[in-house]
Amino acid sequence: MRLITHNMLSCNIKGVANGFPLKIEAESVIEKEVDFNPDFLRHMFAKIEWKALVEAARSLGYSELPEDSPAAAAEDESLLKKLHHALLELHLEEGALVCPETGRRFPVTRGIPNMLLHEDEV
Amino acid sequence: MKLKQLEGLLGDLQQFSNPNVELEQYPTGPHIASRMLFTAENSYGDITDKVVADFGCGCGTLSTAASLLDAACVIGYDIDLQSLETATLNAEELEVEIDLVQCDITKLELKGHQIVDTVVMNPPFGTRKKGADMEFLSAAMKVASQAVYSLHKTSTREHIKRAALRDFNAKSAEVICELRYDLPKLYKFHKRKEVDIAVDLWRFEPRQN
Repeated sequence: MRLITHNMLSCNIKGVANGFPLKIEAESVIEKEVDFNPDFLRHMFAKIEWKALVEAARSLGYSELPEDSPAAAAEDESLLKKLHHALLELHLEEGALVCPETGRRFPVTRGIPNMLLHEDEV
Repeated sequence: MKLKQLEGLLGDLQQFSNPNVELEQYPTGPHIASRMLFTAENSYGDITDKVVADFGCGCGTLSTAASLLDAACVIGYDIDLQSLETATLNAEELEVEIDLVQCDITKLELKGHQIVDTVVMNPPFGTRKKGADMEFLSAAMKVASQAVYSLHKTSTREHIKRAALRDFNAKSAEVICELRYDLPKLYKFHKRKEVDIAVDLWRFEPRQN
């Protein structure tokens, strides 16, 4: 699971108001290079939840992203490369996503998070 | 990539080893899958360099097709772990990256609805769990920012159009083409060796929020 996917996931247990972002417990992380696409990344800046991404990347061992979403991102190639790496090249293989409100763990196995809810959580 | 090449590559994918009839697990054949994604990109520019989500991805046929057509990022969602594991193998085999999430997509509220550009899907038709096709469509229309491509039985055409425009926030709902879906005898209760169902390939555009 990459962080672009994580940026969209939240805890959907009935009654939970603050299920985003999910905290990450990382047991196994791998890196896989993919082609750098600056135009695509420029478009992503406005769409992603920046703080959630920074925190998630840190959980996967990558702390190069600035805390605050930079204003003039489009021009800064080195920043785009960092965004590229954090969003698309880090893979959480084993671990868990944890609801910030309830502590409920959604296990991640072989890169696949299991977001299925139990009957009493729906 | 040419259509024939895409169709050829998709024909090599592994499919359901143990299909579950309750989930309406039928493979999306390479003929339909290749035409669906090829049209989405060539006629509408909805795949290359876009974030594409595949709802009910099964063994990842549509996801793989999107990747081969150079989507910037592809994410497949399905309820069945065994299918997702097959999808993982398929992605490795064709050397494409596909993120996979195990979930009930009709209950998963995805945040950041601007991140996903296009949803592609071959959803259940609602023959086992009534209304499943509508639930999938509703979920897709909440997530996609540019377009939703989906397959539904031709017999439900008017019903789908009405629901999409009236209830699911569609700016437009068009049948791009009618296809024949060849269903081979997968389950014991199937009497005929294979059966041909008329399905519509739909393109829906969500209204901007």
